[in-house]
Amino acid sequence: MKAGTLYLDGVSVVFDGFRALNSLSLVIEPGELRAIIGPNGAGKTTMMDIITGKTRPTAGTVQFGDHDLTRMDEAAIAELGIGRKFQKPTVFDALTVFENLELALKAPRDPWSCLRWVLPPAARRRIEATLAEIGLADRAGARAAILSHGQRQWLEIGMLLMQEPQLLLVDEPVAGMTDQETEHTAALLRRIAGQRSVVVVEHDLEFVRALGEKVTVLCEGAVLSEGSIDRVQNDPRVIEVYLGR
Amino acid sequence: MSATTAETPRLRPTRALILRGLLLAGLLILALLPLLNRLPPDHALHASDFIVSVSGKWMCYAMLALAIDLAWGYAGILSLGHGAFFALGGYAIGMHLMRLIGPRGVYGHPVLPDFMVFLGWTELPWYWWGFQFFPFALLMALAVPGLLAGLLGWLAFRSRITGVYLSIITQAMTYALMLAFFRNDMGFGGNNGFTDFKELLGMKLNTAGARAALFYAALLSLSGAVLLCRHLTRSKLGRVLVAVRDAESRVRFLGYSTVSVKLSVFVLSAMLAGLGGALYVPLVGIINPGEFSPGNSIEAVIWVAVGGRGTLVGALLGAFSVNAVKTWLTSFAPDLWLFALGGLFVAVTLFLPRGLIGLMRKGEER
Ligand SMILES: Nc1ncnc2c1ncn2[C@@H]1O[C@H](COP(=O)(O)OP(=O)(O)OP(=O)(O)O)[C@@H](O)[C@H]1O
Ligand SMILES: [Mg+2]
Repeated sequence: MKAGTLYLDGVSVVFDGFRALNSLSLVIEPGELRAIIGPNGAGKTTMMDIITGKTRPTAGTVQFGDHDLTRMDEAAIAELGIGRKFQKPTVFDALTVFENLELALKAPRDPWSCLRWVLPPAARRRIEATLAEIGLADRAGARAAILSHGQRQWLEIGMLLMQEPQLLLVDEPVAGMTDQETEHTAALLRRIAGQRSVVVVEHDLEFVRALGEKVTVLCEGAVLSEGSIDRVQNDPRVIEVYLGR
Repeated sequence: MSATTAETPRLRPTRALILRGLLLAGLLILALLPLLNRLPPDHALHASDFIVSVSGKWMCYAMLALAIDLAWGYAGILSLGHGAFFALGGYAIGMHLMRLIGPRGVYGHPVLPDFMVFLGWTELPWYWWGFQFFPFALLMALAVPGLLAGLLGWLAFRSRITGVYLSIITQAMTYALMLAFFRNDMGFGGNNGFTDFKELLGMKLNTAGARAALFYAALLSLSGAVLLCRHLTRSKLGRVLVAVRDAESRVRFLGYSTVSVKLSVFVLSAMLAGLGGALYVPLVGIINPGEFSPGNSIEAVIWVAVGGRGTLVGALLGAFSVNAVKTWLTSFAPDLWLFALGGLFVAVTLFLPRGLIGLMRKGEER
């Protein structure tokens, strides 16, 4: 299988008899930006839990390139280049934006190396490039505690980018954002896709439209519809179970 | 050191200057004290023996405060048993001082300290071997607290014991050690501990020269400890500590082993406390199991809370100021001290969560 392709086939997850995922099949090509929508409880977060190894599937195949993710633990999957942004952002409030990114930078992580760490110029340039990418270049020296909600989300995305992921999973990034921040986030995700694949779970349809890419609709743990936002929004089954409610 | 420190002004420049000035002034005064002590007693600048001896003690307490601040203020590990590390360091040097007494003890035994002769022992226990050598005793003053902290930390951090549970475990540790050291058959002098020391490194104790030398040893060690902590807290490791304190699971998620990060800082902190105790015992001339009492550890945590945890200056300020008040208050109303201490803690928690240092930073962007 092509390196960097995410491949889910017939994935089911059963919690105490309840099917959170029901024979879900999905392919994300390298560099693709994919939006996942679906009503509450459709299984979107569970799908991310499966990909990151937090939850084990009851049945089915989960592969990233040639790697069988169902046989790897969370740390190994992260190491493989799959990064995840949780719904609730956690950045380090007492540290500056720059320092937050520096902690996420790929570098030896044992205490002794951290004590002796001197930021190499190339790493500094990488941090600065990421700062520009997430639109926080002018806040580099600000403590994360004073950032707005949207800025915190971007910083967290930046921290994920520092770990050089091949696939980025982003769960509900724009919940609670202002319209302007939402627009900004869509542009940010469009910008960072291409060099790596990005999967975004979101309820906000305006935002999904702004992403302008392929959309997958999940319902009751399976794919209901797939295609452009216009196609999906006009799909009668989607209208029935989701948009028409 | 990373250049990012330039981008993280934690204090307004003028305030940073004031603090630095205060630190330097404090250092200068301390450095001059033994000299001012030599002035004739009627001289305006004469420093009394009392002032010199009490400031020597406070410097050792300041090392303990620094150690607690490193673990608690930076890494979020609230140890309520750091007094035990301090006492263990003190006992290690105390054992050396006991061995140096040699045949000058009351019983005149060439090797055994008086309390062992009194107990009818005829041989030195194996764990007293080597303590006749100063470098060995000094090494033990650091290694024993370090190993104990390493063992305790490894067990606790590995099983993700944090917060109040960890505090309780450390408090239990110091209590258990106190009970153990009270026992005569432990071989540490029981409830009398060690005292009547004669000499150290060829200097007769209880001479003005020895007192000044011990004073400067404490001052140098304290300065070294401050520089070490400063280097550490300003390194990336320092930022990892702060991150662990505020969101440990997130740090783990970033790929850091929070167990080894916490363990290394906890061990270093215990060793600093041990060094403080090692300097303290020759200065005060006595060590007994009371040093392990749980209240001592709690009191030391209060110094740090009062000064301002998470800043090195805060720990120093807290240790000196609270002990100054204690010395002053206990000189006329010793019974009031515990109430004052409790009140101080409540007041600081309610009104000055960031301690005295927080006053200086008030109104700053947080
Ligand atoms: N650990 C679990 N144990 C039992 N049931 C679970 C567990 N995790 C999720 N579920 C159930 O699985 C279903 C799918 O949940 P999931 O969180 O994946 O939905 P979602 O699509 O992310 O919803 P939302 O839009 O509200 O975030 C829900 O009915 C949920 O209650
Ligand atoms: Mg969800």
